[in-house]
Amino acid sequence: MIKPEKLKFTGYRRPDGRFGIRNHVVILPVDDISNAAAEGVARLIKGTMVLPHPYGRLQFGEDFDLTMRTLAGTGRNPNVAAVIVICIEPKWADLIVKEIAKTGKPVAGFAIERSGDLKTIEAASRKAKEFVQYATELQREPFGVKQLCMSTKCGESDTTSGLAANPTVGRAFERLLAAGATLMFGETTELTGGEDIVASRCIKPSDRKKFQAMFDDYQRLIESQGVSLLGSQPTEGNIRGGLTTIEEKAMGNIQKIGRCKITSVLKPAEEPKGRGLHFMDSSSAAAEMVTLCAAAGSVVHFFPTGQGNVIGNPILPVIKLSGNPLTVKTMSEHIDVDLTGILRMEMNLDQAADAALRCLEQTIRGRFTAAEALRHDEFVLTKLYRSA
Amino acid sequence: MKHSILLHELDDDVGVAVTNLKKGSVAGALTLEGKPAGSVKLRDNVPLGHKVAMRDVAKDKAVIKYGREVGKAVQPIAKGAHVHIHNLKTMRWSV
Repeated sequence: MIKPEKLKFTGYRRPDGRFGIRNHVVILPVDDISNAAAEGVARLIKGTMVLPHPYGRLQFGEDFDLTMRTLAGTGRNPNVAAVIVICIEPKWADLIVKEIAKTGKPVAGFAIERSGDLKTIEAASRKAKEFVQYATELQREPFGVKQLCMSTKCGESDTTSGLAANPTVGRAFERLLAAGATLMFGETTELTGGEDIVASRCIKPSDRKKFQAMFDDYQRLIESQGVSLLGSQPTEGNIRGGLTTIEEKAMGNIQKIGRCKITSVLKPAEEPKGRGLHFMDSSSAAAEMVTLCAAAGSVVHFFPTGQGNVIGNPILPVIKLSGNPLTVKTMSEHIDVDLTGILRMEMNLDQAADAALRCLEQTIRGRFTAAEALRHDEFVLTKLYRSA
Repeated sequence: MKHSILLHELDDDVGVAVTNLKKGSVAGALTLEGKPAGSVKLRDNVPLGHKVAMRDVAKDKAVIKYGREVGKAVQPIAKGAHVHIHNLKTMRWSV
């Protein structure tokens, strides 16, 4: 049985002491209309990565805070070496720059108004060139499981998820938690029918209340729309794979945390304050949830799938695990860890967790996941309500 | 492969077909820990990943999987039948 303490992780030590396993120089537009200038910089300077998105204008309240927290958190993520922030005007650029600068990593902001796209692209490109040269000089160094922050979320689940891939992640998470890692999970509505189990795992009664309030809030939102989630939860893909009800899907989902206890309950995109397993209030839509995990500081992600969700993330390597023989056969290029042996009873969960941890080690040491190699760079902001 | 159905808990009402199952055939079941959980004669074709009733379940009775109620039978379900959206419905979000 592989002990996470024995795994040989290497990564980039950032000025704030956290370790990243990738070394991106990110060009980050604050709003939709800055995408063009940000893309201009990325086209000019080799080794940069642009993260275009459709929001950032006339948002307000909690929705505005979440967008800002997600953008700043993405820049703060230890997989990012340095950041160029581009915004239509200077004030919101400064908000993001200040939050990223707290990590000590190189960051610079540029505003388009009173310069235009072309002058902005020139000035930002000169800085991006410096940042790329800084980043490419950094070396990997060994780090331990106590410095690892990672996340999990499943997608296109089916009954094999609950039997194989999800409990494999659960078993791996039990070992990682005991070894002192920082872990995250979420998917608030997808716990419906198993929410009592998640609530009972919260160590602190205050977190149990906080979790229940987040869960109830989502249920109220659904009811306030005069609809139910039938038709969306389970999804058509889930149903094709044999899942019938949300309760059944939730029980499968919860297998991902094994027998772990929950240390804290987080807002979307909130960074955990210490080690342990943390619940994050989040949608179950794959790209939204994984983007929130990245913004909260996760550097690698376990993504169990049944029917074959193909999601990836630009800064967060996503490891796909599947126990469905049809999926592993027909979508082999997407699957990193083949767990079909579980259904044949040729592999037990401890052996499956070993396979997951071996892949985790390889990924952390720099090997691309299937989603990375296939250019699955889904960067998707969670929008809470309409803009002003 | 000696089994073709897997159960989360020994007493679950439904198991999962781990291969495509043919109507009329007899399928052996195991729990995830490898405990024998009997066998059933298939009343329907059941595709890989879909559920098979391990015992009769009366209409309106809860269906147990993972040792938990995962929905209720909206039709009588016979041992060996395919269990899915036609005979099992959620007990949440009823509108």
